Amino acid sequence: MKGLIAALLFAPAALFAAETGHPLDAAPIDPRDLVSLQSGARTFVNYCMGCHGMQYMRYNRLTDLGLTEAQIRDNLMFSAEKVGETMKVAMTVKDGKAWFGVPPPDLSVVARSRGADWLYTYLRTFHRDARSAHGWNNKVFPNAAMPHALWQVQEQSSVVQYDTAVRDLVNFLVYVGEPSAQSRKSIGVVVLFVLLLLFILAYAMKQAFWKDVR
Amino acid sequence: MASRLMALWDWFDSRMPSVGEEYRKHMSEYYAPKNFNFWYYFGVLSMLVLVIQIVSGIFLTMNYKPDAALAFGSVEYIMRDVPGGWLLRYMHSTGGSAFFLVVYLHMFRALLYGSYKEPRELIWIFGVMIYLALMAEAFLGYLLPWGQMSFWGAQVIVNLFGAVPFIGPDLALWIRGDYVVSDVTLNRFFALHVIALPLVLLGLVVAHILALHDVGSNNPDGVEIKQHKDANGRPVDGIPFHPYYTVKDTAGAIVFLAVFCIVMFFMPELGGYFLEHNNFIPADPLKTPEHIAPLWYFTPYYSILRAVPPLFNSQFPGVAAMGIATLILFLLPWLDRSAVKSIRYRGAYYKSALAIFVVAFLVLGYLGVKPTTVWGQFGFDAFFLDTKDRATWMARLCTVLYFAFFILMPWYTAKDKVKPVPDRVTM
Repeated sequence: MKGLIAALLFAPAALFAAETGHPLDAAPIDPRDLVSLQSGARTFVNYCMGCHGMQYMRYNRLTDLGLTEAQIRDNLMFSAEKVGETMKVAMTVKDGKAWFGVPPPDLSVVARSRGADWLYTYLRTFHRDARSAHGWNNKVFPNAAMPHALWQVQEQSSVVQYDTAVRDLVNFLVYVGEPSAQSRKSIGVVVLFVLLLLFILAYAMKQAFWKDVR
Repeated sequence: MASRLMALWDWFDSRMPSVGEEYRKHMSEYYAPKNFNFWYYFGVLSMLVLVIQIVSGIFLTMNYKPDAALAFGSVEYIMRDVPGGWLLRYMHSTGGSAFFLVVYLHMFRALLYGSYKEPRELIWIFGVMIYLALMAEAFLGYLLPWGQMSFWGAQVIVNLFGAVPFIGPDLALWIRGDYVVSDVTLNRFFALHVIALPLVLLGLVVAHILALHDVGSNNPDGVEIKQHKDANGRPVDGIPFHPYYTVKDTAGAIVFLAVFCIVMFFMPELGGYFLEHNNFIPADPLKTPEHIAPLWYFTPYYSILRAVPPLFNSQFPGVAAMGIATLILFLLPWLDRSAVKSIRYRGAYYKSALAIFVVAFLVLGYLGVKPTTVWGQFGFDAFFLDTKDRATWMARLCTVLYFAFFILMPWYTAKDKVKPVPDRVTM
């Protein structure tokens, strides 16, 4: 049993980055850093959303990030009419396939399938490659169909600034992967506290009833 | 007020006395041995998880769509837009793994204390049937989120049925209802998962408990408490299930729920073991994932499947080994020839056999979640090495040990030097 528990606890990392042996950098994300999440949202709608949608995410849910609906409408909604719409992309699957070979995947839960570290390393390891169709290649995901969408950001900023921008973007992707993650944890603390109280009562009751059992 | 309630109860009882009779028979006058220990929580915890699964499952079906085009999105809709939906979903996914965990521990308890031995063979048989139904239920339910692992896991498992000689391909087609896992498959798996198998499970649980209450519970000493009764015909080492074990199990259930909640609220994916990373990619029939592994609770059997080499290009030997590995459990009451039930009074043979079996089972489980290349390859070549993967050979060794536990049992339990069993239970 101990072996099973140990296996359960210490093996998970091996599941990531199966495609290449490229080591993954730990993504320094902080799901409670609203400034970082807002910056990530801005980067996403400006640089990613030309091709990648988040079809399960609603714009008005971004109020989680400390934004008002008016701020969302004015700054983050480029292709939607109403704030209750999902963050769909205008590009069709068919067009995506014709232009890139594979349709750009929806990114609603990409952080849950790829993991934050993979995304953080992937977005920071693009390099020039004359042999590829779009002139870019990637160390984590060789021959990726995606060109370096953030190349201008990278060119205009220092290494630290670019890493921070990617960190914010990944932070945002992780948030979108599971928007309820923060409230889940805070509810969990309360539930565990209630269970502790219940246990004290239940244990006292058990002791009282079992006094006469010898 | 109290007398009014009593009058109401009398009115009810005189018209339907069987409710009171059953309550006395199964609760207030069911005498359970007073020396139950830690291992005796897992039966009632299995029932608790069954209730959690049924209740959370009912609410999930209210928003889930069993349609290949909509299923994945409907799960995300539950996770995002349905109030409390994430809680229901995690409750159900954590519950699935928790179910197997408590059932495995419950079965291990039976091995420790010989709970399957005469006169409890039927309880054991119903229990193994519950375990098989649970495996079917888990497999069917795992298709529903319609992620990559759902799809390819179902594809692999259904193809196993295709390896059965002669009828295999037709059988696989009949199960899928299509040539590949498709919308048709999803729809029927949904029907089987939400109504057919739960009915079977509930029926078997009732049979399991009725059979238990007819012969009475075993205990860590493996002595029959019914052999010593007081003047009123009550076992002197027995205590009424209610209130004694209801209050004790309540405390145990709260501890279990705390562990459950730690997973559910703080690590619902449990590092990819309770919810696999690849299952957050929608099912794609054209893209086979690199590494297809079932969830952790199936991996010991999956390891056995992979360990057995194919014969005449057919995977059937592995499939058969996997099937026999589960079905052999039915024979356990008749394979065990020991004069005593509990491990406390068994000799070194059974104790070592059980220890080896547990280690083999855990190693098989571990290897099943990993690719066969996990431990590298042997550095030498030999004619008998059909594969040089160390892990495959380890899985083969553990498969042999798994079967040896059962096949050699009549021999080593008969030879074993047992200790004298006390007349009454010890506390």
